[in-house]
Amino acid sequence: MEFSPNIVGFACQWCTYAGADLAGNLRCKYPPTVKLIKVPCSGRVEPEYVLDALSKGADGVFIGGCHFGDCHYKEGNYKTDRRMQLISKLIQEFGFEKERFRWEWISGAEGKKFAEVMTEYTEQLKKLGPNPVKEGK
Amino acid sequence: MADKIKFGFLLTGGCAGCEMAMVDLSENLLGALEHIEVVFWAPTVADVKYKDLEAMEDNSIDLAFVDGMVRLSEHEHMVKVLRAKSKVLVAFGACAALGGIPGMANVHPTGELFQQAYKDTFSTENPEDVYPQPEYLLDGKYNLTLPAFQDKVRTIQDLVDVDYFVGGCPPHHEFVAKAVELIISGNLPPKGSWLTSGKAVCDVCKRNPANENMERVPVEHVKRTVDGHPEEKGCLLQHGYLCLGPITQGDCGASCLNVNMPCRGCGGPIPGITDYGAKAVSAIGSILGSQEAVDELMEKFPTLSKLVYRYSLPASRLKSKA
Ligand code: SF4
Ligand code: SF4
Ligand code: SF4
Repeated sequence: MEFSPNIVGFACQWCTYAGADLAGNLRCKYPPTVKLIKVPCSGRVEPEYVLDALSKGADGVFIGGCHFGDCHYKEGNYKTDRRMQLISKLIQEFGFEKERFRWEWISGAEGKKFAEVMTEYTEQLKKLGPNPVKEGK
Repeated sequence: MADKIKFGFLLTGGCAGCEMAMVDLSENLLGALEHIEVVFWAPTVADVKYKDLEAMEDNSIDLAFVDGMVRLSEHEHMVKVLRAKSKVLVAFGACAALGGIPGMANVHPTGELFQQAYKDTFSTENPEDVYPQPEYLLDGKYNLTLPAFQDKVRTIQDLVDVDYFVGGCPPHHEFVAKAVELIISGNLPPKGSWLTSGKAVCDVCKRNPANENMERVPVEHVKRTVDGHPEEKGCLLQHGYLCLGPITQGDCGASCLNVNMPCRGCGGPIPGITDYGAKAVSAIGSILGSQEAVDELMEKFPTLSKLVYRYSLPASRLKSKA
């Protein structure tokens, strides 16, 4: 059977989650690989959650937030961006591929972009194969 | 007075600094010895052998401490034996509780570690490339053995059930006294707890900006302690030194800050944290004021994990794939 990646996604309620909703309304097609969790702000996503998901075998972790300047809480997404750069470095030092963790700014008007990003991320993870923590299980 | 508490102490992959912290209790320890009978303390203090511990009955030790991490087959074996013999097991110090300084080795493959230790260090002469072997047949008849070097550093909890944790590298003596007192009085918190105050280093730090009703401001420049002398006054984190006081147990009384060094996290995570390094990234990431500050951090700390998990890498949720 073809490998279908399991993506844990976090989306802020003001932008990316609304974008995902719009993707649905517009009937945009994207693979059913992402399990989306609504959060008040992308800045609410603790690095602990990312590590938790990866350590439990998620093939990819995705965080979506508002574009810079559009954050409902003014600067939550700047914090997200700085933390996530550090987390990305950290997971690579632990031997995980960079692609296992991705973050994007997708607004509530960008339903199409949401579908495109999910399609592209799924393809990328398919090429990469399963999360190495699942090996031997 | 009830019977004396039967006490055991095992040093695994540690430096014996934690045991020194115990001895540092001096009069307090003498007082405690009235209530305590040492039945095992190896390999450092009492003249007992591993086989003596192996011969003891299960659950015959009331209270046992382990200091050090697990790296050798010998450590693994002895920790398991000690667990079976003990009613209450305490992981004592940063190595036992979190993997400690030796745990940083987990981002390197074994081959690289051996190459460094037995070949590349400038004081090493090893022209025949001799490396430690767990077994060696000498002269075709003497079968010599050494404990086997395992793939990764592990914490005590990775192997067996641990009842209590004590942080610190080594644990601060006042705080050891408190732990010993708690144990003797029998007033112990629920199993799995840290025997600590639960307060952060910032809470007891004289440099805390909150003491002067000042708010925290974003950090524009990241500094390392080798870049110069940290300022004598004010919060080091605000000065750009990446102090981990906000997320670390402060039973040391902010020792490092009192001598102008940033906290590196030896006290272990404050309650509620599931992953020390991830929380460190969260705290540092949210105080950095600009992209330039992020770039500066990455440049100045090329192996980020050795900053954010200096004392706790093996306890990370992510197990290293090196
Ligand atoms: S925690 Fe520190 S003092 Fe204790 S054994 Fe480990 S390195 Fe030594
Ligand atoms: S961050 Fe460090 S220097 Fe600042 S208050 Fe906390 S412990 Fe003290
Ligand atoms: S300030 Fe931090 S690193 Fe220093 S002794 Fe206390 S807990 Fe350990």
